[in-house]
Amino acid sequence: MNTLLNIIRQPWHWSISGAMIVLVMFLLIQAGRSFGVSSSFRALCAAGGAGKIAEYFRFDWKKQNWQLVFAMGAILGGFLSQQFLANPDPVALSEATLADLHTLAISNPAGSLVPEDLFNFDFLLTTRGILMFVGGGFLIGFGTRWAGGCTSGHAISGLANLQPPSLVAVVGFFIGGLAATHLLYPILFN
Amino acid sequence: MSKSEAISWYRIQEMFRFQSFHMYGIIGVAVTLGAAMIAIMKKTGFHDATGHVPNFGPKAKTYWASILGGICFGLGWAMTGACPGPLYVLVGQGVWVVIVIIASALLGTFIYGLLRSRLPH
Repeated sequence: MNTLLNIIRQPWHWSISGAMIVLVMFLLIQAGRSFGVSSSFRALCAAGGAGKIAEYFRFDWKKQNWQLVFAMGAILGGFLSQQFLANPDPVALSEATLADLHTLAISNPAGSLVPEDLFNFDFLLTTRGILMFVGGGFLIGFGTRWAGGCTSGHAISGLANLQPPSLVAVVGFFIGGLAATHLLYPILFN
Repeated sequence: MSKSEAISWYRIQEMFRFQSFHMYGIIGVAVTLGAAMIAIMKKTGFHDATGHVPNFGPKAKTYWASILGGICFGLGWAMTGACPGPLYVLVGQGVWVVIVIIASALLGTFIYGLLRSRLPH
């Protein structure tokens, strides 16, 4: 039993994760839904009463409440994996990435999936923190709803279903992501 | 998501620096297997649990929305190191500042809802 737990505690191979994503996709399609996470933001806004102000949120969000259940499931999964199955080692990054992180002065401590230097409330209240987390979060909400999907809806479901608008969206994701990584980060962390 | 480190800010940085195959492997396997699954479903006339044929598109050809919205999301993805699914998982992991990111994403969604009719699609 302990050996099994130790195996599960190791980081999982990418192919297992890819296959599990497709399993989730299958279960959602089987249940008459589709695999897309960012539409939960729209449902949450609608649940918060945004329909009184904007037509976009005027729909029966209670029929979409499976998305909120899905989000809660993701939170629970995160909790369980952190409590019982966390990997005690640092993320096994490539040498090149470790060198780049060193240049940015961002550490990669053991047992942490996100940099502790950044993901805390002291950093959040700095100019860089507000720009990265409040600005970045805003762009996630604004961009995914404008594009009509995020990684799950466009990059995975959309590409798997050979949809041209999804391919265009994924090209957009990379234009934005590369710009932030290679232009914005060097300015923020020099 | 947690166990394959797809929720890791570090892995997203690695992906946007093209320094590891890891994230491309996850997305590549998901797209390939997913494409095979959808092709089989279409071919065999799959019905879901509610007795309906799943809606496999075609998606609306709103290319301006795809590219411009996509660029916005890509910026946010790299800045926070997370896309919407992993944001929820990180809250479960107890990374509390992510709640601020989600709140900002909801604000972004709300502002999009307000501006929707004025944006190109």
